[in-house]
Amino acid sequence: MNIPRIPVGKGFEVLIQWLTDHLSVVFDGIDQVVLSILGGLKFALLLPHPLLLIALFTALAWWMAQRGVALFTGCGMLLIYNMGYWTATMETLSLVLAAVLIALLVGIPLGICTAKSDRAERVIRPMLDFMQTLPAFVYLIPAVLFFKLGPVPGVIATLIFSLPPVVRLTGLGIRQVPPEIREAAVSFGSSPRQLLLKAELPMAMPTIMAGVNQTIMLALSMVVISGMIGAGGLGNEVLKGITQLRIDVGFEAGISIVILAIFLDRVTQQLGKPRRRKNSTGRE
Amino acid sequence: MSIIRVNNLYKIFGKEPRRVFPLLEKKYGKEQILQKTGCTIGIHNASFEIKKREIFVLMGLSGSGKSTVIRCLNRLIEPTRGEILIDGRNIMTMNKQELLKLRRGKLSMVFQHFGLFPHRSVIRNVEYGLEISGMPSQQRRERAATALELVGLKGYENSLPSELSGGMQQRVGLARALANDPEVLLMDEAFSALDPLIRTRMQDELLELQARLHKTIVFITHDLDEALKLGDRIAIMKDGAVVQIGTPEEILTQPADDYVKRFVQNVDRSRVITASSVMRRVRTIMLPKDGPHVAVRVMEKLGISTIFAVDSERRLLGMVSVDAALEQERVGQNDLRSVLTTDVYVAAPETPIGDLLAVAVNARYPLAIQDAQGRLLGVLDRTTILAEMVTGGEASAATPLADVQSADLLNPESEKGARG
Repeated sequence: MNIPRIPVGKGFEVLIQWLTDHLSVVFDGIDQVVLSILGGLKFALLLPHPLLLIALFTALAWWMAQRGVALFTGCGMLLIYNMGYWTATMETLSLVLAAVLIALLVGIPLGICTAKSDRAERVIRPMLDFMQTLPAFVYLIPAVLFFKLGPVPGVIATLIFSLPPVVRLTGLGIRQVPPEIREAAVSFGSSPRQLLLKAELPMAMPTIMAGVNQTIMLALSMVVISGMIGAGGLGNEVLKGITQLRIDVGFEAGISIVILAIFLDRVTQQLGKPRRRKNSTGRE
Repeated sequence: MSIIRVNNLYKIFGKEPRRVFPLLEKKYGKEQILQKTGCTIGIHNASFEIKKREIFVLMGLSGSGKSTVIRCLNRLIEPTRGEILIDGRNIMTMNKQELLKLRRGKLSMVFQHFGLFPHRSVIRNVEYGLEISGMPSQQRRERAATALELVGLKGYENSLPSELSGGMQQRVGLARALANDPEVLLMDEAFSALDPLIRTRMQDELLELQARLHKTIVFITHDLDEALKLGDRIAIMKDGAVVQIGTPEEILTQPADDYVKRFVQNVDRSRVITASSVMRRVRTIMLPKDGPHVAVRVMEKLGISTIFAVDSERRLLGMVSVDAALEQERVGQNDLRSVLTTDVYVAAPETPIGDLLAVAVNARYPLAIQDAQGRLLGVLDRTTILAEMVTGGEASAATPLADVQSADLLNPESEKGARG
């Protein structure tokens, strides 16, 4: 039994090292873009008085979901404010939003590609499987190597972790469009672009929105974990609770995360359902 | 006059369609070709032409290639080989832009399961074709509203398709196709998903619409009754090939082969076959030129007891019996007009024979078939009507004894030789 050990870990390390050495310009660029998105979001969320924002979120919950969700949102957020975790919660929210924004910008076009081309599907699907099954902590390491400590590697790690659902469900949604409807669109002379924009995407929308919801929820869970690499927000508080054995801090931060999670989930779940309240003919 | 011409069209499904053609030339069967090449034959050398403003029905069982053919006409499916001319232009050589223009302007399609966009309201479904060709929204809304009115759906503009019944949804599909004001409507089993009553009504309405709009309609169906009702001409397909093309009557009365014959066996023939196609010519006498002598001679020669009498324009006057003629001959009276019987039933040539049966059963003489000017075209016996209604003039289950005996004498080798 003299088979030499295959240096998988070493190989990966060399690869990462090479990437950091040679592609630092790219990473710096990404760093800047993510930072500015993050900065803008954080600024927007922390600028208004917390009570104003709480009222706004409550109204949003009322409009998108039902009264119960709105009531929960109002009370829960007031509790967060009262406990003194408002700033941390908004930081977390801005991390989530930044990661999700980028995930959608990348993920929806990728999903369209997988729906349109079987070859793209064959290439992208195993990558998505890999991204989803690799333990979340593992890609914190290269993220830190590329982007140092701080919020940017947090966003990047979150992005990678939360990307798969929106890609998968966009692809699925488009593939599920009945062939006859596709034929109908084409038979009236739709160009490939018109087919996509006027028939396939609108019909796939509920499925895509289910993907968006999943992506948001995954992003929230990952953002908390990336508190370990100094992403800030509620993750930091949880980490403080663990490392300093402060049960009170850990529990309060945990509660805040749960409240934020329920709010985000209930509100974005409604995106997928057809909104019959609106006048269906009004839109162009 | 023809708006669409299809010449030697082939569609081979599979990875290597080229390998199939040499095998087809060697007359390999469908299964053999599938086994050897993994390819299936969708269309096998189909040729036909469709005239302007006619309803052309493509009929066949599922898998006969009819849906493939109609999708080749707007290149939803790319034919493998052959030529499709629309208004003299070969659409196989069109580039993408020309093809889009063709689909937007000239051809519109109606689908079996309607193919409506569930996220769009009725009116926005109808205006889809106009929208993608870039018509301003005000104008296209007006045209869509007109099309909706045409199919009787005024007032449903803002409903969603899912809120309508099947029949109404297909009206939306029809309105969507009409909104473009295309020259050709391609209707792919358009009424097959509807229940029978609604279906009949839609067929009637399509015929009414056609009488007003004069489109060229290519209609696909697997239902012979529907084909016979709607079609000006019918093409019957089997295994991707066109077996017979003809008017409904030609299909019923002169089936090209056993396949068509079996197909038409179960149809309600009495509704489709008209008096003119089964009537027989008859010997007449012309009054006042022909007198009793001629009448008696003719009747004796033919062995009949009554004869139809017409005037010099071949207008039917009545019937003369041999007894009456002999009586006139005896009394030396030369004009037969005084002894004419008018106890004769007359019918127009386009009357379905089913409508004539009740009269024919009670009538003493054959029915006289005359045109709008009253000219005698032929006569129809009740035995003919009965025979036509049942089998198309041929017994199917029973074979004449003589045929059975002669078939025994035929040896199998000679049969094979005759076929090859």
